[in-house]
Amino acid sequence: MPAHIIETNNATFNRVDVDPITLDIVENALRNARNEMDAVLFRTAMSPGIREQHDAFPLIANEEGKMVVGQFGSFLYGFMQGYDGTIEDGDIFVTNDPYSCNGAVSHLNDWLMMMPIFHDGKLVSWAAMFGHMTDVGGKVPGSLPTDAKMIYEEGMIIPPTKIYRGGQLQDELLNIMLHNTRMPEWNKSDFFAIIAALRLAERRVRENIIRFGKDTYISAMQNMLDRNKAAMGAIIQMIIPEGDHKAYFEDWIDDDGMGNGPYKIACTLYREGNVARFDFSGSDPQSDSSINFLLNEEMFKMFFGAFTINLFDPQILFNDGFYDLVDVYIPEGCILKPKKPAALSCRTHLLGRIFDLMGGLLGQGAPDALNAAGFSDSPHFMYSGFDKSGEWYQLFQIGFGGIPGRPAGDGPDGHSLWPAFTNVPNEFLEAYFPLRIRKYATIPDSGGAGLHRGGNGITIAYELLEAGEVSIHDDRWLTYPWGVNGGEPGMRSNKTLVRSDGSKEKIASKCDRIAVQPGDILYFNTWGGGGWGDPLKRDVELVRKDVARGLVTEEGAKRYGVVVMRGTVDHTATQKLRQTMTAERQQTPLFDRGFVSIDELKQRCLRETGFQPPTAPVFRAQCGLT
Amino acid sequence: MSETDDLIKQYEERLAAFEDRLRRIETANSTSDMERKLAPKSAENGLRLGVDVGGTFTDLLLLDEQNQRFFTAKVPSTPDDSSIGVLNGIEKICQNAGVNPSDITEVMHGTTVATNTVLTSSGALVGLVTTQGYKDVLQIARSYVPGGLGGWVIWNKSLPLAPLEFTIEANERMEAQGKVLIPLDEHSLRIKLERLLTSGIEALTVALFNAYANDAHERRIAEISQEIAPDIPVSTSATVMPEMYEYERTETTVVNSYVRPVVTKYVRNLRNELKRRMGAGITLQILRSDGGLSSAQGAMDKPVNLLMSGPAGGVSGALWIAKQAKFNNLLTFDMGGTSTDVALVQNGVARTRRETRVGDVTVRAPSIDVRTVGAGGGSIAYVPELTKALRVGPQSAGAVPGPATYMKGGEQPTVTDANVVLGYLPSDARLGGDMLISHDLAVKAVRSVADALGLSVEAAAEGIIRIVNENMVGALRLVSVEQGYDPRDFALIGFGGAGPLHANALARLVNSWPVIIPPGPGVLCAYGDATTQLRNEASQTFVTRVADIQNNEISRMLKELENIAAQALIDEGVPTHQQEILYQVDIRYHGQGMKLTIDVKPEQFAQTGVVGITQCFDREHEQLFTFALDAEHEIVGLRAVVQSREKNFVNPNTQNDGSHASAARMHKTRIFEEGHWYDAWIYDRTKLQSGNQLMGPAVVMEMDSTCIILSDHIGIVDHFGNILIWPEGHEKAKE
Repeated sequence: MPAHIIETNNATFNRVDVDPITLDIVENALRNARNEMDAVLFRTAMSPGIREQHDAFPLIANEEGKMVVGQFGSFLYGFMQGYDGTIEDGDIFVTNDPYSCNGAVSHLNDWLMMMPIFHDGKLVSWAAMFGHMTDVGGKVPGSLPTDAKMIYEEGMIIPPTKIYRGGQLQDELLNIMLHNTRMPEWNKSDFFAIIAALRLAERRVRENIIRFGKDTYISAMQNMLDRNKAAMGAIIQMIIPEGDHKAYFEDWIDDDGMGNGPYKIACTLYREGNVARFDFSGSDPQSDSSINFLLNEEMFKMFFGAFTINLFDPQILFNDGFYDLVDVYIPEGCILKPKKPAALSCRTHLLGRIFDLMGGLLGQGAPDALNAAGFSDSPHFMYSGFDKSGEWYQLFQIGFGGIPGRPAGDGPDGHSLWPAFTNVPNEFLEAYFPLRIRKYATIPDSGGAGLHRGGNGITIAYELLEAGEVSIHDDRWLTYPWGVNGGEPGMRSNKTLVRSDGSKEKIASKCDRIAVQPGDILYFNTWGGGGWGDPLKRDVELVRKDVARGLVTEEGAKRYGVVVMRGTVDHTATQKLRQTMTAERQQTPLFDRGFVSIDELKQRCLRETGFQPPTAPVFRAQCGLT
Repeated sequence: MSETDDLIKQYEERLAAFEDRLRRIETANSTSDMERKLAPKSAENGLRLGVDVGGTFTDLLLLDEQNQRFFTAKVPSTPDDSSIGVLNGIEKICQNAGVNPSDITEVMHGTTVATNTVLTSSGALVGLVTTQGYKDVLQIARSYVPGGLGGWVIWNKSLPLAPLEFTIEANERMEAQGKVLIPLDEHSLRIKLERLLTSGIEALTVALFNAYANDAHERRIAEISQEIAPDIPVSTSATVMPEMYEYERTETTVVNSYVRPVVTKYVRNLRNELKRRMGAGITLQILRSDGGLSSAQGAMDKPVNLLMSGPAGGVSGALWIAKQAKFNNLLTFDMGGTSTDVALVQNGVARTRRETRVGDVTVRAPSIDVRTVGAGGGSIAYVPELTKALRVGPQSAGAVPGPATYMKGGEQPTVTDANVVLGYLPSDARLGGDMLISHDLAVKAVRSVADALGLSVEAAAEGIIRIVNENMVGALRLVSVEQGYDPRDFALIGFGGAGPLHANALARLVNSWPVIIPPGPGVLCAYGDATTQLRNEASQTFVTRVADIQNNEISRMLKELENIAAQALIDEGVPTHQQEILYQVDIRYHGQGMKLTIDVKPEQFAQTGVVGITQCFDREHEQLFTFALDAEHEIVGLRAVVQSREKNFVNPNTQNDGSHASAARMHKTRIFEEGHWYDAWIYDRTKLQSGNQLMGPAVVMEMDSTCIILSDHIGIVDHFGNILIWPEGHEKAKE
């Protein structure tokens, strides 16, 4: 049953002509408003996740709930259809339940706040924002338990609820929410920071209506949606071939932390008339653990649009307008559409891998525009416990790795594929948490060789100074970040724990609650980006510089057919090596995955990684599928 | 005023100056030469000279405080060696004023030499020493990739200013609390350092991990480096930026090293030339990014503080001139060819921030909170094929080929072309400027956009102006609304080549009245240079919860910082009784990342202590972010700011020359506004008199700038030569 919107003003909007200049001005005004929302949030939030790493996303939508400016697509339309209650001036809704909002947020840590904006008694817009809370309760600190079998183990579930009613904060509700986390102070500040950002959006929307008039403002928003639709329509025609030319691509996440994997995600892309169809049939079944990703179809459309339109008009305010032109099918019970109450907290790997999948799909039509596989993840490091004085400490940190080689150039070393994310300064960590960062450096040779080198991964050496527990969520320890157009794959991730007595343990990619003692050092090594283009064509001088800069070793330079001895290039040997390598190699495939088949990969798993290969996942009856 | 009156006035001024000079020669003679060389010339009686070097003109302003007079001069800049232009200017202004160069005791100078070094990538080859395990600190930076989803597809990171191949690691380690964890291994370091210092580097940066807590190892490495290579300047991170955050501190110190040789050479040459012309006692001071003044030596040691010296001069000048006209709350709006700088001034004080940004480079050095948008007269308008939107900038036609209307080969439509089409920049009147303007080429360029949009040329031109104005409103919002200020409480002062063209329209968008158009946009910066006070600060990162600290301990630390900061002023000849002291405490809720800076006078701190600071913080937090928390407070840093007392200098023309401006009228023109052509007068700025009223629409021209008064607005010339623009009938216009 759709929500009942209470308006004191019954006048209807009139769609009016908006001249193109006014339209562009409204667009700029909304862009500024969104930037201001970010600025207010980052300045006032407390958790390092939001404040330093910017794990939060704002949007402004029109009165129907269609996103006009923002990043993650609008879930508001769906919310308005599904919410059984009233929507009134002064209300603000909160939810973190992926299953109640069709995956608008995809795990419980993301608190989503939605505010209807009224003007003169009429619903005129929406503002919404979600942010990643460091802890929302559940079985482990950080609320991201790898081994959760049901969502109930991952923390408190908040269905869509009015946390403000008639402008009044429902303190008792907020109290319940805060009482269920290990970090109430952080969550409280983050909560109010998000509210402050929404209030700012509200002020801006009202100012715009006063400035342009209600009808012009509403019509301008509609025009912006239409404009996106027209633009995306043209792009879809341009980059997706019609009919029989179906593009297919598959990629994997390596395991589910419970011994199963790799999990395949597969997608077929084709066009029927105006409409681009993405069909995820062939993807693997949902997991017993928490790596499932409830992928909202609208959000996927958003990823697709944002990714492609950037190339044509980077200044455009990207929005929901083109959604009719894209059709997304995800079979129920697969790992991208798990059934309740499947656990979801560790969906970060799939959320990232979707971008490799999309790049591989779209790039087949235009290999020159194709990027290699990059740092398609946000690996987590968590460390918590009680320190010597009995005070609780809890750190949640996101790691960074190699941006892939791209047509535009080399991939930066140790950077983020997600917009706005930044690392936490190590001096800050040492001042506030019981640890030391002994080493923070790029890993030489970890980026895939190519005409454009893949970016290197990072090694972080965490020296832990208190007895406590460490949890890790990472991936690409088994499959490789692939290279393209002759570029080689990047190096995989790995982790080693060196105990204070000098003994070494390999640490699995996904694990919870590893007990650590003062003096233990964890080496957290992220993966590199894939290479782009033929490494044998890379400028020898560039390779020499990479060696001088410590980004490539002398041994690693040989992958480029370049012989460097004590910093100096041996040109004769280089020429000879390049000739030999050219003669010996097979025809270069479009994609170089670094393995022949999953079976072949599994056969060398133990030898190469020190871990037993995971078991192939199977569909089970309880998912309602055969 | 007739020409004869002018001549008489000039004659009287010269006479006065001559008498003044005689008087001073007499007093100077009573002081021995010896003393004059030892102590810097006193700032109290001598002539102060402000110098601003722009791309085209070098502007000078001579302040004669004793006689309450000032003189200005404008000479062509000499980009190859700007000191030549400066000296030409000094020659000219001394002639105008009838004084000897040696009568000038202080030269204040805003310079863009550091900025340009960064923008043109022409700095030194910098070597870097980091802590073991941290050599990639600049390579990894903050892992941030600009742009939205997929922004990484097109972004290429620029190379670190200290190349990795010239970066070495020292085996040493400090703890966050400042204790030595691993002592410095001097032996191994010396070997690496000897190699590095002979590899061709021109400057060295030492930036060690946790050095903000203890910089003993940094200092030791600097010593060793000086032993090995005394000619290579060394910058250490804790000296340049004694604050937490290893990447920011390293980057800031590397930038310091990067611009240091160029700035040192420039300042040293200029100082020597000035001494040669004006005598050994001359004091040269350089305007810093934060609007304070630095001694020449300070500028050479920490040039990273000069990156915004140029814009700071503009803001300081705007502030000074507006203060004379009794406006203390200002939005400054400085629009040039490629970009626009805006800043906010409240109660006569420009807001500063702890960060400076130039091009891709961001450093932690205090600067006036100037926000820059890539919107200027040269910004190019275009219509993307797919979306049919009208976009303006950030691409700019630059100086070459420049806007189409300048006839230098530019074909794409720019903001300047749109201004020509609309008649805001008249093509049929010229006043001494060098730029020839072609109306036809402007129309032709704008037509390309108009056709793509299906609009008339005038409508498209107006669209370009409205969109570029909207971009600039965004910048004004960042400094005002986003910081919790209401733009309606501020006047808007427009300067720079294009500022006076757009200021009226901007003020209408943000409701900031009046618009102040000061005379001579270039001279404005020189005003800023000449009137700025000497300022120094000392700061310290000090992270501690308020509950864990006593008032007297903080008091003691602030006093120590005060003494450090004050010493530099004493060295510059500013005695203690002429110093003003301000404490600043960086504070936040425990766990927050941002911090707010709370200003407090020493007397006030003695009374209200830390509690007063926390209350102040809660109030400001509420104002900025709409909420305060009952969370614990945490102090992050302490700072003492010491500056010399402000000079008051007024030189109004209080005579009212009547409201009628007909004497300044040049001829009629037409301008396009809101879809219609209107008749308007073009006025000659130099002929406007105090009290003149100009009814909009009107165009006011002077040598290097043109001002537009829109219809339904009125411009009133005040006693200082400013044009104040108000909406017609505005309630405050009569005051």
